[in-house]
Amino acid sequence: MTAIVQFENVGLRYGFGAETLSDLSFSLEQGSFYFLTGASGAGKTSLLKLLYLAQRPSRGAIHLFGTDIVTMARTRLPGFRRRIGVVFQDFRLVPHLSTFDNVALPLRIAGVSDAQLKAPVQEMLNWVGLTDRVNALPATLSGGEQQRVAIARAVIGRPELLVADEPTGNVDMEMATRLITLFEALNKLGTTIVVATHDFNLLGKVANARMIRLDGGRLVDPTGALRYPPRGAASVEAPQW
Amino acid sequence: MVAGAILSGGANDRLLPQGRLAGPMPWIVAIMIFLTVLACAAGIALGEGAATMRDAVANRLTVQVTQPDAERRDALTARIRTKVATMPGVTGVTVAPRDMLVRQLEPWLGADAGSTDIPIPALIDVDLSAKGVEVGAVRSAIARTVAGITRDARVEPHSSYIAPIVTLVRTIGWIAFAIVALMAVATSFVVVLASRGAHATHRGTIDVMHMLGATDGQVMRLFQRRLTRDISFGAIIGLASAIAVVVLVGRSIGLLAGDLMGSISLPWWGWVVLPLLPVLFIVVAWFASRLTLQSALSRSL
Repeated sequence: MTAIVQFENVGLRYGFGAETLSDLSFSLEQGSFYFLTGASGAGKTSLLKLLYLAQRPSRGAIHLFGTDIVTMARTRLPGFRRRIGVVFQDFRLVPHLSTFDNVALPLRIAGVSDAQLKAPVQEMLNWVGLTDRVNALPATLSGGEQQRVAIARAVIGRPELLVADEPTGNVDMEMATRLITLFEALNKLGTTIVVATHDFNLLGKVANARMIRLDGGRLVDPTGALRYPPRGAASVEAPQW
Repeated sequence: MVAGAILSGGANDRLLPQGRLAGPMPWIVAIMIFLTVLACAAGIALGEGAATMRDAVANRLTVQVTQPDAERRDALTARIRTKVATMPGVTGVTVAPRDMLVRQLEPWLGADAGSTDIPIPALIDVDLSAKGVEVGAVRSAIARTVAGITRDARVEPHSSYIAPIVTLVRTIGWIAFAIVALMAVATSFVVVLASRGAHATHRGTIDVMHMLGATDGQVMRLFQRRLTRDISFGAIIGLASAIAVVVLVGRSIGLLAGDLMGSISLPWWGWVVLPLLPVLFIVVAWFASRLTLQSALSRSL
């Protein structure tokens, strides 16, 4: 399978502090589904920031979609970002935009006309169960509703890579299951999914999902080939961290 | 999709919060444009006034015959008049009637102003041609001729009377233009500060747009469209107010109709220049905001 993401000895340091991420070498295969796990402060969000091009590494090489993005000119980054869907941990909805406009934002940035974007946005809102909240501003939405808007915004552009930081942290189990099912459906369409989560209940819900586990900014399994539960094991206890 | 059309208006305007006229920016610009247009109008009008005053007297001079003896004074006056009238570049020679001079002196000298004991100098007004001759050279020639006739006469170009006033008016005019330039600089600084403020205020939205694949150009277009709209609104208000004031002041000056004040008026090309000032300011503001935003955006990834 083709590697959509490739990290080689990647390290990330904020300012002059210690390295948040160290010696990361792994690749993500196109069309695969990954859970990124680890204790708080393990570096999950930092790793996701590297994936959705919010940060450049302090050292090492990163290839995304077959292109070296470490030395890439800043002006070329937007084109790559449009191929990536992001669900931020803090949602980052635009506060003065309605639910509809927040979800439509990636399409508008990509140049889709108002007439053309109406149907896909409605479809996406229907899918995440927010058709009755089309005109609501983020401040009037519950945490779970905001999270669903954030997810709808991330997936509406049919990204090649979807990166989600704790996407089910604010929703109940039923909605979490629906969202993971959405991610699976996208995955079947060819989107590579990376979901950072603390929720071990989710890990068993996606067949063939792989797990990337971080501990202290380093990969626990440097090969990146861990499965959860491990192949052949009937069940496994959640790791203690 | 055409990149240039991206986020180019309509629904995309909502990406920045509404309420553009609620902020102080349009009103600051309105005040600055108002003052700038007034300063420019004053500069143009004063410059025009100075030129009119200078032109009005540049081609005239007066020969003052100061011989105390009345008979000799009259004889010298007649000789000078005859001689100067035939000189090249001279278009007219008029001896001011003694009655008129006496009348003008009466407020100071009383009824005795006409007494022959008072040696009122004879005045010969000389008009020079404005075309085809070097006025300075003609003036010098007249001065030499008069000096050759008598030492009791002196030539006084009218421009020397009014030169200090013309210089003052012209200086005030240049100060007005300096104010226009300073206003343009101040406006660009205001726009720079406003752009930085807008960038800081909407940093979260900008970051989200960047992460969703927006280019710096798209973000800048959003801000610049808003900024240009605010500045244009302020510019129209400022220009309209200033034009109203210029018209009212112009009417007041016209009613005075004095020789000096009457010459201070806005020429036709002034009415063309004044509306161009806000356009100039909008262009300056556009570039200032673009450079500021470009610099701010380039600091993020």
